[in-house]
Amino acid sequence: MLLEKVLLSGNEAIARGAYEAGARLVAAYPGTPSTEIAETTATFKEMYTEWSPNEKVALEVATGAALAGAWSMAAMKHVGVNVASDPLMTVSYMEIDGALVLVSADDPGMWSSQNEQDNRYWARFAKIPLLEPSDSQEAKDLTVEAFRLSHEFHAPVLIRTTTRLSHTRCPVTLLERVMVPQGPGPGQRLTLVPEKTVMIPANAKRRHPLVEQRLEALAAAAEASPFNRIENPDSTGPAFITSGIPYTYVKEAFPGSPVLKLGFSYPLPLKLIREFVAGRKEVYVIEELDPLVETELKATGFQVTGKDRLSKVDEYSTTMLQQAFGEPAAPAPKPVPGLPPRPPLLCAGCPHRGVLYALALQKAVVLGDIGCYTLGVVKPLETVHSCTCMGASIGHAHGMEKALGREVTGKVVAMIGDSTFFHSGMTPLLGVAYNNGSTKTVIVDNLTTAMTGHQGNPGSGFDARGNPTKKADLVALVKALGIDDVTVIDPYDLKTTKAAVKRLLESDAPAVIISRRECALLRTAQRRPAAVASKDTCTACGLCLKLGCPALYKADGKTQVDVTLCNGCTMCIQVCPFGAIKEGDPQ
Amino acid sequence: MLVGVGGQGVVLASNLLARAFLEAGYHVKQSEIHGMAQRGGSVTSFVRRGGSAGKLVYAPGIDPGQADALLAFEKLEAVRFSNYLKPGALLVSSQQEIIPTTVSALGSPYPESLDRLLDETGARVFLVDVLAIARECKTPRVVNVALVGALAAHLEIAPDIWEHAIKATVPRALEANLAAFRMGMEEA
Repeated sequence: MLLEKVLLSGNEAIARGAYEAGARLVAAYPGTPSTEIAETTATFKEMYTEWSPNEKVALEVATGAALAGAWSMAAMKHVGVNVASDPLMTVSYMEIDGALVLVSADDPGMWSSQNEQDNRYWARFAKIPLLEPSDSQEAKDLTVEAFRLSHEFHAPVLIRTTTRLSHTRCPVTLLERVMVPQGPGPGQRLTLVPEKTVMIPANAKRRHPLVEQRLEALAAAAEASPFNRIENPDSTGPAFITSGIPYTYVKEAFPGSPVLKLGFSYPLPLKLIREFVAGRKEVYVIEELDPLVETELKATGFQVTGKDRLSKVDEYSTTMLQQAFGEPAAPAPKPVPGLPPRPPLLCAGCPHRGVLYALALQKAVVLGDIGCYTLGVVKPLETVHSCTCMGASIGHAHGMEKALGREVTGKVVAMIGDSTFFHSGMTPLLGVAYNNGSTKTVIVDNLTTAMTGHQGNPGSGFDARGNPTKKADLVALVKALGIDDVTVIDPYDLKTTKAAVKRLLESDAPAVIISRRECALLRTAQRRPAAVASKDTCTACGLCLKLGCPALYKADGKTQVDVTLCNGCTMCIQVCPFGAIKEGDPQ
Repeated sequence: MLVGVGGQGVVLASNLLARAFLEAGYHVKQSEIHGMAQRGGSVTSFVRRGGSAGKLVYAPGIDPGQADALLAFEKLEAVRFSNYLKPGALLVSSQQEIIPTTVSALGSPYPESLDRLLDETGARVFLVDVLAIARECKTPRVVNVALVGALAAHLEIAPDIWEHAIKATVPRALEANLAAFRMGMEEA
């Protein structure tokens, strides 16, 4: 073997860390940039891994395992922790017998998220320790440390990664899996101690002071942690307190400067910080997003700054730090102006396109959700009008109609994907039926969790390891919630799709269309041959281009089909009134 | 820095390059951004290697004006990200142009000559006819490895390390990929 080390992404390293620490259970819901954590743990046969229906369930499953004495982990993107926050705030009061690690993958810069909230707040809010790795090796080491801390302090531990860490590969040294005894001993049955696990007020009142004491003990542990260290202590000049990915920018921009690197960053090791700050004139706290550490240190009386020269918005970079704290540098070269953008788009053959197109023709106002179909906001479809969080579409539509009446809200339709519906669309739809609403909902069922890279979900028929499993019956489910009018359509069939959408909009009762067709990128997707367009027959009317398909382009004013992109959905063939686009020869 | 269009294999090529640097004894970081869409959007990836004597890479990304080389899988993307290059640095690009839908369907203007814009970057530009290589190898799937081959012509990494890294990264269709790598190397 030529390699002593392997290249792992931050996410793969966290998964490896869970393996090496002896974790038995991982529960997660997919969400960029966190998805590869559970995708990787699923490849280890020693760890049970599941896609839970949502992040709240994932944390509850992991908590159950940990209360029973197992080492367990829940992984999710930053907004997923909002969903999981209900159990999190109370689990913090309970006594964890095994170990419980929660991984939050934040997204400064919002590369694939609806906000850039700073989830370091959750550690403070839930009064639990926070670990922030700066590279893959540290991500693995800190994951092992997180399990150790959780077991020692009987507390959930939060690991916070960010997009740059999660999606950067660098060398990592692999170690063996170390199993510690977990759960009841051989021949013994599980026993739970109600004082520690039943959070009725009487017990919770006794637990809260223990949580406060635990924070003090954790602060002492942070003081002694090898993951909190001072680098270049004898250097003079500007000094930096930093953690996570910003540490790498500090090291790149100011390699010789004194740095206090915080890997175990909450509770703060105030004695170590006092030692570092003593005698220094300029101490800057470098943290992306909100000035949490800076504010706390200022409140403690430390003379530190940082955020006054940097933004609370977006990712940082080496150049940004050089410009803020170093010598004035030459301005960075500007991009070549006037280039046409290449924005994210619905793929060629995307089944969402059929129903979005039919809704656009009806000038419907689609309240969107979290999934690929949100891309129906861009030209030429331009039919999606809201995107908030998982499951929000149906509640939004219901609220608009209840407040103003359907005569005002007109053609408002909620649109939600299959995985998002299972995640948190069922409860608002139940609310519509229960409250005599009239909301119209389209569930775009592509039989997978597509945007995050085709993970299984309760309707896909496959579990996290790709094994066949029970498949939820979406029609029966929607009917059971109280919606009587349920129509299933194939969005590749534009005629029926258009008719179903028209009927949906005209209906007075609450109604649901399930637009069902496999994601065109799934290997199992049914494909027709790629389409071909005839330049002789094409009249350049442009109707087909209203589909917004990336496989269609104009050459000399006439439509042509890029056969390398075409997935054979036939929608353009159906749209063309002149028969200029036909099915090509089967390959 | 490696750039292209979603679905072209930019990430796989980045893995190959990072692996070769690692096997050649450098510390390395490879970082990419997954956009929202599965296909069709701009994709960027950074590969950074440390110096000799075990010098570490810290920052995962490269800032504008700091890249030593840009490997572009598509010519418009080569122009778009050319400002990341240091003055006079290396730019290896595929000859291929993929017209964005903003142009083909929405009528945004397309630059008159990408070749002229590439000339104006002041970079040392090498263009690779990847479609010819794909024809020769009888598969379009080798294009990303051919482009890494074209970049490899400018890097001091031993052929056996490349061969090993290709075997580890793209074990399927190994012979075709090795041939494409050599053809790419000869073109640049």
